[in-house]
Amino acid sequence: MKIEFKVIIDLIDKNTKVLDVGCGDGTLIEFLKKNKNINTRGLEISKENVQKCIAKGLTIIEGNAETDLMQFPDNSFDYVVLSQTLQAFLHPELMIIELLRVGKKVIITIPNFGNWKLRLHLLTKGTMPITKNLPYQWYDTPNIHMCTIKDFYHFIKAKNFKIFKSLALNNRDVSLINDSNIEIKNFFAELGIFLIEK
Amino acid sequence: MNTFNIKTIIIRKPLKLDCGKTINNYPIAYETYGSLNDKKDNAILIFHALTGDQYVTGINPVTNKDGWWSHAVGPEKSIDTNKYFIICANIIGGCMGSYGPGHQDPDTQKIFGINFPIITINDMVNAQYNLLDHFKIKKLFSVIGGSMGGMQVLQFVSNFPDKTKTAVPIACSASHSAQNIAFNELGRQAIAADNNWNNGEYFSKNISPDKGLAVARMAAHITYLSKKSLQEKFGRKLQKREQLNFSFDADFQIESYLRYQGSIFVDRFDANSYLYITRAMDYFDLPGQFNGNLSNAFKETKTKFFIISFTSDWLYPTQENKDIVIALNAIGADVGFVEIESDKGHDSFLLDVPDFLKALKNFLEKSYSDN
Repeated sequence: MKIEFKVIIDLIDKNTKVLDVGCGDGTLIEFLKKNKNINTRGLEISKENVQKCIAKGLTIIEGNAETDLMQFPDNSFDYVVLSQTLQAFLHPELMIIELLRVGKKVIITIPNFGNWKLRLHLLTKGTMPITKNLPYQWYDTPNIHMCTIKDFYHFIKAKNFKIFKSLALNNRDVSLINDSNIEIKNFFAELGIFLIEK
Repeated sequence: MNTFNIKTIIIRKPLKLDCGKTINNYPIAYETYGSLNDKKDNAILIFHALTGDQYVTGINPVTNKDGWWSHAVGPEKSIDTNKYFIICANIIGGCMGSYGPGHQDPDTQKIFGINFPIITINDMVNAQYNLLDHFKIKKLFSVIGGSMGGMQVLQFVSNFPDKTKTAVPIACSASHSAQNIAFNELGRQAIAADNNWNNGEYFSKNISPDKGLAVARMAAHITYLSKKSLQEKFGRKLQKREQLNFSFDADFQIESYLRYQGSIFVDRFDANSYLYITRAMDYFDLPGQFNGNLSNAFKETKTKFFIISFTSDWLYPTQENKDIVIALNAIGADVGFVEIESDKGHDSFLLDVPDFLKALKNFLEKSYSDN
């Protein structure tokens, strides 16, 4: 399993209710359901992935997060997870507000556009960076709202949402982000993982 | 019609219908497949659609044709008869052995015709609920149905919130739309316009409104298909001729096909039953039973739902299926949903659509192994 998922799993308490928005093939919620007695739901747009989730016995709803989150009542989940998709939404800010409405806590992970490899790529080559986490060309990328973890960190603070935990993931190394080390984390981290609350 | 092989139970318990009348000692015709296990926790009640019957799979002993859901039900199939015990009953109002307009009125000793009481989806479900007692089943593993069968699934869970572990409503709606009612009314008026219908009294005269019923079927049949599938299958192809005939013959293959569908339907279906069943569908409005709030229909239930729609179904489109999902999510119910890609229209649920059959099989198997 991806390190990212292991970190997310550790952030989630047992015996809770979790919605995974854009749950892919259901790897994360399958683990949560089987190992932490969690009542899981997945929302997924790809028909192929929906079939994979059904085959795993997961409760999965085919749908589009930007239009289908509306159906869930306020605070109906203990956690809502959004893994590496915030940047693909048309209105990331509205998405964050919507996630915080549905979930008591929200876990959002962000591919970090501030990572040094991307900065170096842009500085030396002068073209849009392509990496393992961001493998697309500028013209075919679904990632229309890229940000750095520094951008996201400051955004959450400016909006007065509470940050319970912010973690930087660099290769296999997980470390805490705080006000004093944000510059350095923003330089080295490939991924930011944030546990937030309204 | 050969009625020799039809299994029937007589329901002694009176049933008060939505129309206010009460029926007693009425027959329910049914069929079963597979076997009930010792724990009696492997039973599935399948609800049939408008023109279906209890002969879900195998050879229908009355028509000698394949059962209507042979693709989905059978050994190793999605609804696996090696694993589950399947019960399907003919709905009341129907014409395959259950109490309907072709039966004799005990008061007058005459065939009911349109003196049979108006029935609803709720009445159908309440009548079939007696099968649980008959087989001494405390809780079903699943209730499953497409189209009108799906409406019965919804009504069943609403009426009996703890009587089934899972529920699979397929290609259906919680409330018949104006367009749905309009198409049904077209069918009913086609039957009524046939002089042989004679206000529903045709059995005694040994006639039947075949032309009207055939037209009703032709119109309905169009609603079960998508524009794309019709275009691909028939287009403007001519029927056994090189050029247009400049007449009102069936020049086009599609005309010939529809006429054929109409003609074979009248051999197996009763016109009065068609009126009663379409009426029941039109009266179906589950949110309407709960002050306009569909969520309240399912408030009590722990049943696990799996809702399936088809991309090209314009009779009960995805959005109407999704409305059920939304109502269930609003109360935190356990509901899964998938929209299956298919260009075969509403009929997709009856056909060999692999993604659909796979999803249904996986859902049932995984839910069953959670026992």
